[in-house]
Formats: sequence, C-alpha cells, structure tokens
Amino acid sequence: MTDQQGYGTRPSAKMRSVSVDLNHDASLLIDIPDALCERDKVKFTVHTKTTLSSFQKPDFSVPRQHEDFIWLHDTLVETEDYAGLIIPPAPPKPDFESPREKMHKLGEGEATMTKEEYTKMKQELEAEYLAVFKKTVQVHEVFLQRLSSHPNLSKDRNFQIFLEYDQDLTVRRKNAKEMFGGFFKNMVKSADEVLISGIKEVDDFFEQEKTFLLDYYSKIKDSTAKAEKMTRSHKNIADDYIHISATLNSLSADDTTILFVSVQKVEGRVASDQELKLTELLRYYMRDIQAAKDLLYRRARALVDYENSNKALDKARLKSKDIPQAEEHQQQCLQKFDKLSESGKKELTSFKGRRVVAFRKNLIEMAELEIKHAKVSSTIQLTHFYTNEKWTL
Amino acid sequence: PPTDDEPASLPAEDISTNSNGPKQDSLFDDDPEDLFAEATEEVSLDSPERDVLLSDGPSPAITPITPPTSVLTPRIGLHDDMFTHSSFDEFYLLSLNFSLPQTSISLFKSHEFSVKRRFSDFLGLHSKLASKYLHIGYIVPPCAGKKHWMTKVKVGKEDQSSNEFVEKRRSALERYLMRTVKLPVLLKDPDVLQFLESSELPRAVSTQALSSAGLLRMVNKAAEAVNKMTIKMNESDAWFEEKQQHFENLDVQLRKLHASMESLVLHRKELSVNTAQFAKSAAMLGNSEDHTALSRALSQLAEVEEKIDQLHQDQANADFYLFSELLGDYVRLITAVKGVFDHRMKTWQKWQDTQMLLQKKREAEAKLQFNNKPDKLQQAKDEIKELEGKVEQGEREFEQISKTIRKEVSRFEKERVKDFKTIIIKYLESLVQTQQQLIKYWDAFLPEAKAIS
Repeated sequence: MTDQQGYGTRPSAKMRSVSVDLNHDASLLIDIPDALCERDKVKFTVHTKTTLSSFQKPDFSVPRQHEDFIWLHDTLVETEDYAGLIIPPAPPKPDFESPREKMHKLGEGEATMTKEEYTKMKQELEAEYLAVFKKTVQVHEVFLQRLSSHPNLSKDRNFQIFLEYDQDLTVRRKNAKEMFGGFFKNMVKSADEVLISGIKEVDDFFEQEKTFLLDYYSKIKDSTAKAEKMTRSHKNIADDYIHISATLNSLSADDTTILFVSVQKVEGRVASDQELKLTELLRYYMRDIQAAKDLLYRRARALVDYENSNKALDKARLKSKDIPQAEEHQQQCLQKFDKLSESGKKELTSFKGRRVVAFRKNLIEMAELEIKHAKVSSTIQLTHFYTNEKWTL
Repeated sequence: PPTDDEPASLPAEDISTNSNGPKQDSLFDDDPEDLFAEATEEVSLDSPERDVLLSDGPSPAITPITPPTSVLTPRIGLHDDMFTHSSFDEFYLLSLNFSLPQTSISLFKSHEFSVKRRFSDFLGLHSKLASKYLHIGYIVPPCAGKKHWMTKVKVGKEDQSSNEFVEKRRSALERYLMRTVKLPVLLKDPDVLQFLESSELPRAVSTQALSSAGLLRMVNKAAEAVNKMTIKMNESDAWFEEKQQHFENLDVQLRKLHASMESLVLHRKELSVNTAQFAKSAAMLGNSEDHTALSRALSQLAEVEEKIDQLHQDQANADFYLFSELLGDYVRLITAVKGVFDHRMKTWQKWQDTQMLLQKKREAEAKLQFNNKPDKLQQAKDEIKELEGKVEQGEREFEQISKTIRKEVSRFEKERVKDFKTIIIKYLESLVQTQQQLIKYWDAFLPEAKAIS
C-alpha cells in the first residue's frame, strides 16, 4: 500500500475558483494546467500567456514548488510600496495528512475486510487524495490570478521573475530570507489586534471597517471550523455505507447492494462538493479577511509612527534642536499615512464587492449541487423499488 | 472521480471468520442473568416522535415485522400501572386480537382481549418454552433479558427513565411475542395460552432458576458434548453440515452488519450535531455581515441547515429502529439456531452412547452364557431388553429432532428473507423521503442565494 502516487492532472474547467472576475484580462493570463504529486512534494506547472512587452516570450511555462509561492507572497508583503494594499493570502501548504493517515489505517485493517470492501475503501481514499490535490492546485492558481488582476501587484518585478525565471528559484529564495530575516513576516503574521483596536480613529470609514473586520473574522473562523466538521461527518457516513453494502453483498447478490453503493457514492460526492463550495469559500475568505486586517495593522502602525513623529517635533521645537529633521520626518510619516489610508480605502471597498460576489456564486452552486445529488439519489432508489421483485438474501 | 457503478452481481466472497467488533468473544457470559447478553452497545436516540402510549387501547405497530399469518396478532401497549413497581419489572398491557376468523383452533374464549403482564413474565415464558422445545429442535425465539438492557444503561448509552428506552423495550417484547406465536407448536402450548389469556399469572419466581441460567447451562453442556465427542459423527446427511456452515457464516455477517449499522447511526448523530452547530454559526455570521442581501442569504442558509439537521435525526431513527433492531434480533435468533443444531449432536451422541452400552452388555451376556451363570444371565437379558428399547428410542429421538430441524430451518429462512425484505424496503423508502425533503429545502434556498446583488 503506497502513497507514492504520481498524480498528474488537468483540473477541469468546472473546478474554478472561489473568487470571481479573475484571469479575464488577456494581457496577462495565468493558469496551472498541470501538476505532479510525488511523495509530499507537489510540482506545479505555471503557465503564462501575455501580450505585455515586459516579458520575454508571449507563451511559456515554468515548474514551481509551494515554497516558491510563499517566497513570492512574503516578498510582496515586505515591500514598502505595497503597504497600502491587501496582499492576497498565501496558499496553504498542500496537506495530504488526512488521506494518508486513513490509508495507513486501511492497510492495518485490511485483514478484517473482504476484498471487495477493501477495494472500495481504497478507491474512496484515492478519490480523497485526488480531491486534496485538485484543491491545492486551485488555491495556488487563484493566488497567482489575484496578483495578475491587481493593477499594482501585476507589475511587480518579483512576480515577473516568479512567472518567467526558468531556473530553480531555490537560490533566490534563500537570499531573500537572509536579507529580510523574516522578522517583518512575524510582525505581520500576528496582526496585533490590540494595536488596531486601541487606535483613536478619526476616519469613520476605517472605524467601521475595523469593527466589522474584527468581528467578522472571528465569526467566519468559527463557521469554517464547523463546516469542516460537518463535511467530515458526511465522509464518515459514506465510509459506513461502503462497509454495509459490502456485507450485504456477501449475504446476497441482489439489487439492494447497488442501492447502497449508490447511496454511498452520493453521500461521498455530497461530502466533497460541500467541502469545495462551502468550506473552501469560508476558509478562503477567512484568510482574505486576515489579509485585510493586516492592511489595517500596517495603517495603524503608520498612524502610530505619525503621532510619534509629532511628539518628536514638539520636543525638538521645545529644545530648539534638530527642528528641520524632525519636520521632515513628520512630513514623511504623514505622507505615508495618507497614502496608506487612500489606497487602503480603495482596497477595502473593492474587497467587499468581491466577497459578496464570490459568496453569491458559491452559495448558488452549492445549492444546485445539493439538489442535483438528491435528485440522482432518489431516482436510483425509486427505480430500484419498482424493478425489484426477487430477493434472495 | 471513481469508476462507474459496479455490475449487478458480484461473486460471493470467502467470508473470513474474523470478526470486526471487539465484543464478540463470549456468547455465553458467566453472568447467569441473560443467556443472550450481547455486549454490543446501542446508541441512544433523542427521539421525541416515539410517544409513550399509556392508553388502554391497542398500540399501532411500530415494529417492522410483517403481520404474521398466524391466527393471532398480539400488540403490546404500556400499562397505566407501568412505573409503580421497582425498576425493570414494569407492566405491559398485552392486547390481543385475531387477524383471521377462528378455524380449527378454538383456543381462545373471545376474539379480542387484553391482559396485564410484567417484564419478568415474558422472561419466565421464554425460559419455560426454551426448556421444553429447544432440545427437540424448535427454534424458540429469544427474549432480551434484564442484563441486555441494564448493560446499555451502565455504559451510559441509555437513559433508564427516558421514553425512548421504554419504547425500545416495548417494541422488543412485541417482536418477541409475534415471533413466538408464529410457531404453530408454541401457539398450542399451555404455557403460551396461559400467558396470553389468564388474568392473573403466578409470579414467575422460577424465572431465576429456570431462566437463562438453566438455559445457559443446557446450551453449554451441548457445546461441551460436541467438543468432547470422541467418535466423529458420521454426517451422512450433507444437508445438516451445509446448513450449519451457512448459519456460521450468517452469524459472522450479521454481526458485522450490525456493527456497521451502529457506526452509521453514530455518525448520523454526529452529523446532526455538527449541522446544528454549523447552522448556529452561519446565523451569527449572517448577523455580522453588513451587506443586507448576503446577510439574509446567510440567515436562510442557517435555517436550511437547521431543517436538514432535523432530517438527519429522523434518518438516524429510521436507520436504528428499522434496521439495527432487526439485526440485533437476528443475531440473537441465530444463537438459538446454533443451539438447536448442537442439541441434535447431543441427541446423536446419546443414541451412540446407548448403542455402545448395549454392545458391551451383549458381550457381557455372551461371557455369562459361556461361564454358565443362569441367574446373572437373566438379569443381563433384562438389561439388554431395556437397552434395546432405549436404543430404539434414541434413534427415534434423533430422527425426530432431525426432522423438526429441517422444518424449522425452512420456516426460519423464509421468515428471515421476508423480514429483511420488508425492512430494507422501508429503510430505502425513508432514504428516498429524506432526499426529496432535501430537494425541497435547497430549492427554497436557491432564490435567496440568487437574490444577492
């Protein structure tokens, strides 16, 4: 029993993202048409089609690993110029832990199952692997597409390197780490809510946003966790049906087992569709809201800096010492703060619009899928009722 | 995505005799209270639908078994005096009505009547019937005893005072009685008639003595006898060997199925809990949302999920009541079937032993004749005559039990198929209903989602 599956895949067009309005601008189109899973490592094929002259070729692909995406994200976060932007959240690390653990358990329990049961369970697990795999591809793709659709970020030099550089990025990644030491990353990671909430806010817009985002974040985090639990229960039920139908099958060879098999398949599919639509939606926007909070944090810091610079200026005036420097510093701080506020407002407003649209799309799709599955399931069941006469058991 | 649907018929697999569940070792517990003490744990349900019936009238059949084609249709309701006695010996109202007009059996004084019976009365009846009929080959339906129920309370799976728990016991007793009266030989039995009819039953004091303890010992002895057999039984009748194997397999499969079913029930309950929690969380998220239409849609989503939660609960009820109870019954029934086969072996052994003894006596007689001991000779001849009679009787008994078992097994299998068929149909019907409800709920939600602008 091996988990060293080499999964190559072309994610179908249906598997499109949680976000909307991405990847429509023909001047820069990005997708991940292919990916390979070896052991723990996923290798993504990042494919770019562009009409921009800043790129050397109009159509090209490069292989990238998850760490490369993280490098790109971190460099963007650490770029001062982008302090006023919501940096799209980094894609999470590919996590095959859950199906791998289940595979392991399945291997251990092999002796207690019939061959057929075992085969079915294995198939289910392989499907789960595949689902995790597709999900991670999607999430990495969306990250890049967010960047390419952003007016400022799409022009970033490092972004271009990421897309184009046909050598291994590992060396560059190491250098970047040495330069920044990763300390700012830590600061941003733990967006200090105390700092944000403690700031005396003069701007109504930001006051409202702050209140809203802090509250919404905790709610959506909770909903994400609960949705995940719900999905897991569905999967457990689907697994139970596998065992039940396998045992019924050993008892007899009649249609009941097909019914149970189809019930199980429907339950399994409901689980994975729910997972994709609802849970992914919530999870994605949870991370996005964190990114928005990070923006608020940076602005709050800038405000603190500005206020400190004011105090320093007053002090300088009192002492009649170093006044020009203090004045200049104060001006810089003010400029930075104003810039962040202006850009931040734009970002947060468009973020809200994006969020509503995405929720709408995904909720509709989820409801439609639920209806579809319920219809399929009950059709199969009804058909079997009326065709079933001879039972042997 | 996984492959297409598998073809309709799959080859029968070699069934491993390994069991899934951890608690299948001792069918025969040391505790004399209940022969059929299963350690399998049942999941308690919060099921407000199952109302406790405290009326005098006959209760509607909640049990899944098809109405028997026998003369009698017992229904069990709960008696007014139900909880006036110490725990576990509550009263039941046993009301009986005829489903067919009386034919050759004019056993009862009237068409409809009701009597009051205690829980221990049922156990007493069962132990009497088992001691009379099991050893001659009749598959006497088992009755889950006090230990079976108390174990569930002890492991915290059941709330002793809950209506649901009461309903489970009532339902189990009703099924027990239905199965009992389906057996023509039992319906004619005076103990059964007395149980069904007489207004006052002598308190089953001997429940303890004659009960499971006695039965347990009896079946144990049969099993021991089988183990100790020095002469391998010449199974000229392949039918018995085949059937025995069949029931062994059935036992394993049904236990496995029962365990899987209980796991399913547990997971459905978890799903229900998780769905309810998610619904609450989604409602809070909706409140927090500042976009009006989205906020409303999220609240709607929360409501849909709440309704779905209720659906999950109902489905869990269906899973359990219909399927799981039946499986539990059959696991117990198969124990009785195996017991009956063991008794046949024992009968055979007894016959063989008698035959061997006769042989020895004949040899001894020959010796006496040779040594010319006239008075001892006469005694020997008498003993031989007696033994010859016993041998004939032993052979008759063996043939009789074999014949009875054949009939019984055929009856049992027919009923088993019928029972399972009925249950599975009902279960699948409930699944369909659930799916159709789901369609309704999501259909209602869809416009709300589309209304987000």
